[in-house]
Amino acid sequence: MRFNRTAAILLRQFYLMRGSVARLLPLFAWVAVDILLWGFITRYLNSVAQAGFNFVPVLLGAVLLWDFFTRVMQGVTTAFLEDVWSRSFLNIFATPLSISEYVGGLVLTSIATSTLGLVVMLVLATTVFGLSYLSYGLMLVPFLLVLFLFGIALGIAGAALVLRLGPASEWFIWPIPAMISPFVGVFYPLSTLPVWMQYIAHILPPSYVFEGMRAIVLGGTFSGTVLIWGICLAAGYILLAGWFFMRVYRYAVRTGLLARYSAESAS
Amino acid sequence: MSRNVLSVSGLCKHYGDKPAVNAVSFDVGPNEIVGLLGPNGAGKTTTISMILGVLEPSAGTIMIEGLDVATHRSAALACTNFTAAYAPLPGNLTVYQNLRFFGLIYGVKNLSSNIEKLLEQFALQAFRNVKVGVLSSGEQARVSLAKAMLNRPQLLLLDEPTASLDPSVASEIREVICTFAKTESVGVLWTSHNMYEVEKVCDRVLFLSHGKILLEGDPKTLPQEHGEKNLEELFITLAREPLAQVEE
Repeated sequence: MRFNRTAAILLRQFYLMRGSVARLLPLFAWVAVDILLWGFITRYLNSVAQAGFNFVPVLLGAVLLWDFFTRVMQGVTTAFLEDVWSRSFLNIFATPLSISEYVGGLVLTSIATSTLGLVVMLVLATTVFGLSYLSYGLMLVPFLLVLFLFGIALGIAGAALVLRLGPASEWFIWPIPAMISPFVGVFYPLSTLPVWMQYIAHILPPSYVFEGMRAIVLGGTFSGTVLIWGICLAAGYILLAGWFFMRVYRYAVRTGLLARYSAESAS
Repeated sequence: MSRNVLSVSGLCKHYGDKPAVNAVSFDVGPNEIVGLLGPNGAGKTTTISMILGVLEPSAGTIMIEGLDVATHRSAALACTNFTAAYAPLPGNLTVYQNLRFFGLIYGVKNLSSNIEKLLEQFALQAFRNVKVGVLSSGEQARVSLAKAMLNRPQLLLLDEPTASLDPSVASEIREVICTFAKTESVGVLWTSHNMYEVEKVCDRVLFLSHGKILLEGDPKTLPQEHGEKNLEELFITLAREPLAQVEE
């Protein structure tokens, strides 16, 4: 694996963003709108609810973490879709670039873009709405790590799906975070869910983050072991997603899908 | 005797029961320009796709500079490059950005100075900061060729490099490729439907039809050897022959 090749993928995305407001703005504009919206909702809830309960770390913190996860996933898929939209597969894959170098480049891109979104969210949430991430303590780091790893895994899996099913299938991957959110208890404890949904929640790493976050904010305790399990689970999903992408890529090379893949020709 | 740049042996590609390429074998040596000719659907692009590692052969081996593409893909493709009319460079990057991006992927040393040389060689300085997607066909072809020569490849695959170019630009492009091939000791595999072009640039031609090589030889003498006036007539005769007759 050569870093210069991975860096080339990141550089390509940098070139695209540098010259395009349409690409740069969504990196932080929508998450900023989300923070503003939920910030005002929590402010309103604080004014009408019982004195003493602070909705800011529970709701606004949850929105911040969830938006971070979404940005990580979309950081990978959007970078991949740039190659789909510009029909660059043949030129890119007929080079010495390996799949791990290519996917590594997509992950680096996601790190850069999601960090930008996270910084904007943190600045807005703390300065405008008084969210103190100190309220999560050091647990904020593993919370972000779990969401990052799982976001990367879903991003790679989403990219594999588009490679396999063709450019039009990008519409399958945009709603993935929304489809997962009811199961992982972003805004409510998992005990609220029916039992069958709780089973699904336990195999989704973000569930452990939001349960942990609520436990800490509400003054309870949260086992670090549970969070380590969440990290291991998320890392396992990355391995699974990498395997899935590689399998789809090999299928595409074997069947000729990759050689003729383009926005016009793929179904 | 110097080693072949490209050695293709028993190459097959089947889609279900249908063979697209059937037991094709050929070599390309250094300093040699080999024309891969044949009617549409003959298997030329399929062959090139397999050499480039973006299509897996059903059988056979492809060696580039002695490296098996199946097992040493990255190393083999590091000394290869290509240009094809159906494989446009990312149109949303400028000429310079494209060359920088691909230069990094190919691990080109002294990349900045090499890019400058290529911009000058292909008269692309004026388009340096122009997005490739808005350039004319001729300009895009020049950028694609600049990209194809960026890593000073030992093997250059050109799939109809002058298709859709006017005769003047096509002539310039041919000249650049031939000069590059001869001065850099490059092996070139060139597909084209322009028989005048093939006769002018190729040292040897391979006629492919129904996925098989039917004829091989010097494009200047081959037509006479088969009782045809020129390469175009030989092409038409071979392309119209049904498979059964061809196999006889």
